[in-house]
Amino acid sequence: MIEFKNVNKWYGTFQVLKECTSSVKKGEVVVICGPSGSGKSTLIKCVNGLEPFQEGEISVDGVSVGAKETNLPKLRSQIGMVFQNFELFPHKTAMQNICLAQIKVLGRSEDEANTRGQELLDRVGLGDLGYKYPSQLSGGQQQRVAIARGLAMDPIAMLFDEPTSALDPEMINEVLDVMQQLAKSGMTMMVVTHEMGFARRVADRVIFMDEGEIVEDATTDDFFGKPHSDRAQLFLSKILEH
Amino acid sequence: MNYNWNWGILFEEPYFDWLVSGVEWTLFVSAVAWIIAFSLGSIVGVARTVDSVPIRAVATAYVELFRNIPLIVQMFLWFYVVPEMVPDDWGRWMKRDMPFPEATSAIFCLGTYTASRVAEQVRAGIESIPVGQRAAGLAMGLTTVQVYRYLLVPVGYRIIVPPLTSEFLTIFKNSSLALTIGVAELLYQARQIENYTFQGFEAFTSVTLIYLVLTMIVVALMVSVEEKTKIPGYGIQKDK
Repeated sequence: MIEFKNVNKWYGTFQVLKECTSSVKKGEVVVICGPSGSGKSTLIKCVNGLEPFQEGEISVDGVSVGAKETNLPKLRSQIGMVFQNFELFPHKTAMQNICLAQIKVLGRSEDEANTRGQELLDRVGLGDLGYKYPSQLSGGQQQRVAIARGLAMDPIAMLFDEPTSALDPEMINEVLDVMQQLAKSGMTMMVVTHEMGFARRVADRVIFMDEGEIVEDATTDDFFGKPHSDRAQLFLSKILEH
Repeated sequence: MNYNWNWGILFEEPYFDWLVSGVEWTLFVSAVAWIIAFSLGSIVGVARTVDSVPIRAVATAYVELFRNIPLIVQMFLWFYVVPEMVPDDWGRWMKRDMPFPEATSAIFCLGTYTASRVAEQVRAGIESIPVGQRAAGLAMGLTTVQVYRYLLVPVGYRIIVPPLTSEFLTIFKNSSLALTIGVAELLYQARQIENYTFQGFEAFTSVTLIYLVLTMIVVALMVSVEEKTKIPGYGIQKDK
């Protein structure tokens, strides 16, 4: 469903993505990991065109992201995205956050949007907190609202950009649990994360990146069983120890 | 000091009427200028934050032009110079047929000058919003215009209510410069009362107090705006 072909991207003269080629099938959960600055977040932001890229091709459900004639807002409305810092809108309640794009982009009525919003808040375990403003919620709660906000658009795929990196340790699991449920329900997901336990439990495939290159692209069992590159082995030995 | 205090003179005719009329002109010039400043300043301020380089350049040029020329010079330019620089027909219209030429010039001058300052505050407000907010809006399929309308502008304006209050106050105080091109506003009337009665202390004291009352009303108004638009739990929390 999501295809990358020889994607190259530069910031000025610095190359952040080098010949990235991979694909994500419908219903597949792919975890992308790697050290800081390896291009993981950049790669995932290229999928919905938040970051432009200079060479190569990315297509989502057959639509080319980089093509000039592509209606980016329409494509983006079909791909949910969850950010490291939640990015809930501070002047809107949790429910209004979930309803905004349903009403303004999908053209749903306020009632429809609210009904869908309530379903999703129930699903992420926050059914009675829809009236709260983001700053009145904990980090874990905010991130679950953000996931509900993404799901409200009935997306064909969900992108997660380090969804637990800004959270206190005790809140990480409540978010990962929601993501695990989502994966079980058959959602196509790309997840940038350092949570190797989550990757092991939930991912179908793991992509390991370093210095803008995809170094490993293996099934989860293969990746944790017998990583091929020295770089990936070194990375795993460092983060699996604690 | 040998001075005959006579506070009663302020309530005698025609001086009382002069003061009332001065207040009316001050309010009128300031209010209309503020409407121009707020709307034009909002457009220019937003324009300074968009991706398009030409739009940003035009907006930046506007700000630098209008905020870097002293206000009193701009008063003279609008009143004496602009009518000579525009096509003859327009110039004649501005000098002869335009209603209240002095006040109209003063309103345009104050409005366009203050707009440049409002624009900078609007820009600062929008730029203080984390870039992730824009990304989150775009990622859910909103267009750039929608991102501004529903996310950046509503949050940005809440952030700048305090400096906008100062700007709103400044426009009342700056309106006194309109006397230099002959607008019969409050300060103009104070000078006129002094010329006719030689009771300068009374005239200027009363005008000082009137400016103070007007600005305090504006402060109260803006405090209520700030209260009404406050985002629960957002920003620094004051102990109640």
